[in-house]
Amino acid sequence: MLRMIASRLAVGVFVLWGATTLMFVLIRIAPGDPATILLGSDATPEEIAALRERLGLDENPLVQYLAYFAQLVRLDFGESFRSNQPAMEVVLDRLPATIQLTLAATLIAVIIGLALGLLASRRPDGVVDRIVSTIAILFQGMPTFWVGIMLILVFALTLRVLPSAGSGSFAHVVLPAVTLALPFTAIVARLSRATLTEAMREPYIQTALSKGLSRGEALRGHALRNALGPVITIVGLQMGTLLGGAVVVENVFAWPGLGTLIVQSVSYRDYSVVQAAVLLIAVIVLALNLVADIVNAALDPRIRVGGRA
Amino acid sequence: MTDGATPPVLTIRDLDVVLDGPEPVRILDGVRLDVRAGRTTALIGESGSGKSVLGSTVIGLLPDGMRAEGHLEFAGEQLLGLSERRRASFRGSRIAMIFQDPLAALNPSQRVGRQVGEVLRRRGVRGERLRGAVLSLLERVGIPRPAERARAFPHQLSGGLRQRAVIAMALSGEPELIIADEPTTALDVTVQKRILDLLAELQRESGVSMLFISHDLRVVSHIADDLVVLYAGRVAEIGPAREVLRVPLHPYTRALAASVPSVHAASAIAEPIPGSAASPANRPSGCAFHPRCPLAQEICRAAVPELSEIEPGRFSACHFAEQLRGVPAAIPTEEAR
Amino acid sequence: MTTTIPLPVQDPRPWRRSLAGVSGRLGGALAVLPLIVVGIYVLVAIVGPMLIAYDPVATNLAERLRPPGSVLADGSTAILGTDGTGRDVFAQVVYGARTSMIIGAATVVICAAFGMLVGLAAGYWGGAVDIVLSRVIDVLIAFPGIVLAIVVAGLFERGLLVVIVALSLSGWVSFARLTRASTLSIKERDWVAAARVMGVSTISIQARHIAPFLVAPVAALLALEFGLIVLGEAGLSFLGIGLPPSTVSWGQTIAAGKEYLSTAWWISAFPGMALALLVIMVGLLGDQLNSRYQRGGAR
Repeated sequence: MLRMIASRLAVGVFVLWGATTLMFVLIRIAPGDPATILLGSDATPEEIAALRERLGLDENPLVQYLAYFAQLVRLDFGESFRSNQPAMEVVLDRLPATIQLTLAATLIAVIIGLALGLLASRRPDGVVDRIVSTIAILFQGMPTFWVGIMLILVFALTLRVLPSAGSGSFAHVVLPAVTLALPFTAIVARLSRATLTEAMREPYIQTALSKGLSRGEALRGHALRNALGPVITIVGLQMGTLLGGAVVVENVFAWPGLGTLIVQSVSYRDYSVVQAAVLLIAVIVLALNLVADIVNAALDPRIRVGGRA
Repeated sequence: MTDGATPPVLTIRDLDVVLDGPEPVRILDGVRLDVRAGRTTALIGESGSGKSVLGSTVIGLLPDGMRAEGHLEFAGEQLLGLSERRRASFRGSRIAMIFQDPLAALNPSQRVGRQVGEVLRRRGVRGERLRGAVLSLLERVGIPRPAERARAFPHQLSGGLRQRAVIAMALSGEPELIIADEPTTALDVTVQKRILDLLAELQRESGVSMLFISHDLRVVSHIADDLVVLYAGRVAEIGPAREVLRVPLHPYTRALAASVPSVHAASAIAEPIPGSAASPANRPSGCAFHPRCPLAQEICRAAVPELSEIEPGRFSACHFAEQLRGVPAAIPTEEAR
Repeated sequence: MTTTIPLPVQDPRPWRRSLAGVSGRLGGALAVLPLIVVGIYVLVAIVGPMLIAYDPVATNLAERLRPPGSVLADGSTAILGTDGTGRDVFAQVVYGARTSMIIGAATVVICAAFGMLVGLAAGYWGGAVDIVLSRVIDVLIAFPGIVLAIVVAGLFERGLLVVIVALSLSGWVSFARLTRASTLSIKERDWVAAARVMGVSTISIQARHIAPFLVAPVAALLALEFGLIVLGEAGLSFLGIGLPPSTVSWGQTIAAGKEYLSTAWWISAFPGMALALLVIMVGLLGDQLNSRYQRGGAR
């Protein structure tokens, strides 16, 4: 188990290196002078020249790259030219809001998705199963930002029960979290239904039934635990996609998180911030993947305790 | 087979189990079987004979698509007409089951002790009482260091210990009837005997009745009081185990006995039965065994032989059962207990 | 012998048995629905703009925010209403279909081609090639696809090519993984081993003995990825990144409609429905292809 964590960490470090390199390359090949890009169009020629010097833009690319890397290792992401704050500070400032939204959506998706999956797997290919499948298809096909807008139309503008934008109260979280959760709920529902029906076919379910358990009891008491592993792993792996979705949803609801920050910064060409934000997201995704793998291993005693599987 | 002194705990008459479909298959056809109280009835048959289906029918866990019809009576109650809920109330507490592969039968991610104690827990036994009950169950089935083993996961135990745990699980509800479906098949030969002895001992101690399903005549001869021979979903022969093995009244039973090499016999070479076993899906006309039977005549192809009482307590479904009376089996098998 | 009492134990829900029968027959008719709907979209995308004139720049302020079905001053009917600058919503839906289909098709083909090449290489040669390529994939999937697309689309000048590239960056990965996995399993089959023993060239083996069996699983993935790409492009357009304003896109229309949500809901609603319907139908198509692949298998 420790070996697995160690190897995952090693891969993670490599991936981070790759990610930072990718950002480096992207900014360098973007049209325009990187220094101008990083400083903004109303920087003075002296500032540009100074930054060019600092970034070593006239030196050969390899030297530039090493300098860039040295900066990053010191966790220096440059400054946001819009606010003159260190870029990472600006980013970290917005992080909690995004985490809040993402966690809320995850909670909704997992709870409702599992419930739907349990319902569907009680009688595979039954009426409920078909209904759940249809719901899942709908949730996954509808564009998230459009669903958000429609929800605003219904709940904020027509029924007037929820706010349409901003943050600050519990009511503000509801619509964005639900919007973000929808496709994820579908994934969790489908996945848990699949793993549960498969677990129910295992021989030990026959044993449970022969002990007098009802199908529902066997499902909850035996199949659920064994089916959770894959579900949790996939949930962890899907968090990346969820974060991506959060970026879009935040813009629909003017939610003050990383998503709105990234889009604003991209359109203002505030690339230090963009770079910092994207790398932070990458780190989070990698960490979540690692946690998902660990949890999965922990839940399977065959891996945890060792011995003959 | 009705011994006046010990009434049967399980009575099966005319049991049909049909697999639905475009062409329904009669997996079990007119099965008759008794299990006397405190005794072991062994159901023997080759794979495909339908013996496991019979076990599933008794415990009420037939797969979707299979229907059971007929007379299935347990401790005075008709089981087949009951609601699913009522049927489930028998499982674990009055009828218990032991499965063939203990590794598959146990939940790999739950500790053994927890699984053994599940029936008791559902009854409301908790805490120290539950722990104590589980430990004494594990001891009773001969698991050394029970406290340690209770905390283990199934894959950490050896095959023999796992099966003992499964037996403990079956005993936990204090059932009146245990259905053992090939409980020793997945085990090493050396371990098999010990498990069989354990089962025999448990039966002596607690008076539980047992329906022992197997394909292995040697195993069966160890443990059976009564024997029911199944071929292609139909009962071929019924009788007290020792007598059936000594003087089989059905050619199939004779062939089975002959095909098992006895360690004590002069020749240890097995004589396999020619041809392959018929399956319920394509049963030959008339007597299902007739294509492979050395005694087969025209009538065997034409008419299905009735299961008739040839001698008191001994039934055979063969047109020529009478002629087999008094003729000992070709190779003596191991004496039953 | 006691008298027998036949007590059948059937499925206690007879209505369920007949329901299964009905849905079986319905299934046949419903099964072609996704294909038909997607076909209609393709048709609209190709033919629509030829039949309907639309100028994104021409505004008609006199006719702004007219509800669906209104008859305009010049006698024409705005089937789906008009938007904030008087432009016909139905025309935007039609032209948007063309945009989505073109970008979706182009991107998915590029992703599939590139991804399959990478996956085939990684699966067939294994070893160092596999490790390197797999690591590259690992780096790419650390970024959520849409985030990467936003950054790339934002870095460069707005344009069709930029959008396609931005969406392709993450899109090829799933093709690569699938191809790699399939290649690994096919590579061990007898006919490949036989070809190798006979000295058939590597390229030939890959092209004639492995590639044909990759088609089925990839086809199912194509449908899924197409849907995701179309959604992605709409998202980018919604955020105002990527396509220039002169190109009609569903995402753009939806974004434009957001500020009129309370008064003119149709501007955002209809393009969204068109988008949702397309993605759902393509997804269903992909599911059908998927189950056909599972059943048929690589023979």
